Amino acid sequence: MSWIRSIVREILGLFVDDGNFAIAIVVWLGIAVLVLPLIAAHKHCAGPALFGGLALILIESVMRFSRRRG
Amino acid sequence: MSIDLGHAGATRLGTTLVAAFLASLVECVEALTVVLAVGRVRGWRSALAGAAVALAVLAAVVAALGPALTRIPLHLIQLAAGTLILLFGLRWLRKAILRSGRLIPLHDEEVAFAKSSADMRDGHDDGLRGWDKLAFAAAFNITVLEGTEVVFIVIALGAGGTGLLLPASLGAGAALVLIAALGLLLRRPLARVPENTLKFAVGILLSAFGTFWVAEGAGIAWPGPATSNPDLAIPCLVAGYLGVALWLVPVCFVRKHHAVTVED
Repeated sequence: MSWIRSIVREILGLFVDDGNFAIAIVVWLGIAVLVLPLIAAHKHCAGPALFGGLALILIESVMRFSRRRG
Repeated sequence: MSIDLGHAGATRLGTTLVAAFLASLVECVEALTVVLAVGRVRGWRSALAGAAVALAVLAAVVAALGPALTRIPLHLIQLAAGTLILLFGLRWLRKAILRSGRLIPLHDEEVAFAKSSADMRDGHDDGLRGWDKLAFAAAFNITVLEGTEVVFIVIALGAGGTGLLLPASLGAGAALVLIAALGLLLRRPLARVPENTLKFAVGILLSAFGTFWVAEGAGIAWPGPATSNPDLAIPCLVAGYLGVALWLVPVCFVRKHHAVTVED
């Protein structure tokens, strides 16, 4: 049954490498999905805002790693 | 939701196929390295049988899960698959950026092959009737482990819209056939496959797809021509993630070089 444990670990590892990075993505998606469609006045900015938030999370994570390793 | 097979629909079908092909290529190369090591050290019969049984199990999973997904409302699938693909794609992209910036070492198939070969030599043979249980299990395990990632990619990419499971499956199938053919022909690990470049490209494609599907599932709108034709957002997202990633790589280099200089 160890191969089942390996598969479960592998599946979890598909999505989570750096815990903070994964949590930040999920939290931002939750906020974006709940809030962005409601901002009717600037609704066409919603898509770029979704991308911008994710790009910032990626940048912050890489910078944090490079500070730690640098 | 039906997909318009005009220019924009073709874009989505094409990018789904390419993303599935490239992502599967990476996983197939990693699995091939171990199967080759097992086959060379312990014999080909059990190694190939283990890999073949694992492929049959994975194909059954895709056949069972793929059609079942069509019974769930599309926007829920897009939100769930988009979130998972984003977690997966951004993780790959982050790792590829860190590898390109030399902050973490590159994956080396020759080293992986040597390690797997050594593991196989150390293991004792407890097989029966000509079957090597250790070789079968090792080939089965690695094919299932790497194949699980391929299955996830195919199902998640295929869940994004009607008719996308076929191009996603075709892309993954083409990668499997290509890598298996190269493996049988060369009988050595494919160390020259630019794995990190592939991961870089796949990370960008999957991140773009994930963002697009979360937006589709949540009813989030895009500006400009993408307002009426949301598929046009996909190449813009690809360009956006590519720009961010290409900017981050030299930043990593500079930070690493700066740290080394300060230490000196």
